[in-house]
Amino acid sequence: MIDVIDLRKRFGNLEILKGISITINKGDIVAVLGPSGSGKSTFLRCLNCMEDPTSGSIIFKGVDIADMKVDINLHRRHMGMVFQHFNLFNNKTVLQNIMMAPAYLRCKDLKKAKRQNRMTGFKNLFRKEKQELIPITTTKDQIKTEAKEQAMELLRRIGLEDKADAYPSTLSGGQKQRVAIIRSLAMNPDVILFDEPTSALDPEMVGEVLELMKELAQEGMTMVVVTHEMGFAREVASRVLFMDDGQILEEAAPQEFFDNPKDERLKEFLSKIL
Amino acid sequence: MGNFGQKIDRFIEIFIDANGYVKVVEGLRNTLFIAVCGLLIGILIGTLIATVRVIPKYKVLPRVLNGFCSFYVGLFRGTPMVVQLLVFHFVLFPLWGWNITPVQVSIIVFGLNSGAYISEIMRSGIQSVDPGQMEAGRAVGLSFGASMTKIVIPQAVKNILPTLGNEFIALIKETSVVSFVGAADLYVAFSYIASNSYEYMVPYLVMAMIYIVLVLIITLLIKLLERSLRKSDRRN
Repeated sequence: MIDVIDLRKRFGNLEILKGISITINKGDIVAVLGPSGSGKSTFLRCLNCMEDPTSGSIIFKGVDIADMKVDINLHRRHMGMVFQHFNLFNNKTVLQNIMMAPAYLRCKDLKKAKRQNRMTGFKNLFRKEKQELIPITTTKDQIKTEAKEQAMELLRRIGLEDKADAYPSTLSGGQKQRVAIIRSLAMNPDVILFDEPTSALDPEMVGEVLELMKELAQEGMTMVVVTHEMGFAREVASRVLFMDDGQILEEAAPQEFFDNPKDERLKEFLSKIL
Repeated sequence: MGNFGQKIDRFIEIFIDANGYVKVVEGLRNTLFIAVCGLLIGILIGTLIATVRVIPKYKVLPRVLNGFCSFYVGLFRGTPMVVQLLVFHFVLFPLWGWNITPVQVSIIVFGLNSGAYISEIMRSGIQSVDPGQMEAGRAVGLSFGASMTKIVIPQAVKNILPTLGNEFIALIKETSVVSFVGAADLYVAFSYIASNSYEYMVPYLVMAMIYIVLVLIITLLIKLLERSLRKSDRRN
């Protein structure tokens, strides 16, 4: 689903990513490990062009999204992202956090379709061969109620429906991160990128977040997870990448990766943390 | 202070009998009208400029816009309000052939001027919002503009509300210079009363009190607004 070809990123004179190529298929759960400063977060942020790659291409569902001419906002709708510091919208309630993007974007699409219809309708007056209008099946209110129902359903799933009208500042870290995960789920993405989702949580709350991520993995969601949770990588991931110094040094199935590492640098890394 | 009673009598005589109060009411209306409209235009212009100034500047268009905005802010912060009023009323508008009243000129100049100040206030507000908020907005597929208007600016406004209140209070008091171009504000009304009664003390004291009361009311309103915006805050 995602083909990364020779991805490079430099900040000024500092080259962070030195040519990364990897293919992520549908249903893959890719864990990215590596010491800090190895470029794993930058790699993840390049995947949805949060950082614009310096060179190389990222083919997502057949489109090179690293190309600056592509409307990145359209493609980001199909790529969820979960941040280390949750980044819930502070001025919105939990429910609004989840339903805002789907409701707003679908309403915008509806408006656009209506505008196009008016345009073609007007042009059709002068045409012999009438052009077809875009079928419009929903209304604004319908979109909003649907988005709200979906958001409530997602909240029920993580057992926080009583917090729907609370503001993010009143939630615990684990709750915030779970809300952030279902916020990205609300857009029905094809892939979710996790940028160290448990690093800012205290140990007790890590479990509940990992549990939700495991559930998603079992449902067949494609995930790319930058993490320091070795247990999670070993148990859930279908592939583990080891990155250092802007390059992928080893890529293997978790069993192979942890029990039989080949790269010297990875051996050293694993000996320090296991 | 023996003749203080006399002075007050004289003031009341002009105020009531010679229709001084009509002028005062008109002046008060103009003062408030200029300040409020100026503030609204200022907030609009200020938000636009602040947004332009925080756009990432990889491309040419944002850079050109940014250059224009810095020029605008430099120009309007670098010249006194009175000078701007005079230039616009006596030079620019006649040159362009616009035929508008002094009050309208004042509104436009106050809007342009406070826009320059508010843009800097707004920029600091936008920069005080965690960049993660913008990233999260972009990550769910919102455009830069949508993330700005729906997520970042509402939070920025909450942060800068006290400073924005300051700006509004400053605007109200600064309206006293619009008499330079012949707009009838509070100052004009009271100096009319003063020069008609040959009595300067009471009218000017009353004028000062009206300004104080106006500012106190505005302070109260800002406090209420702040409280209602603070409901998503950690400190209630």
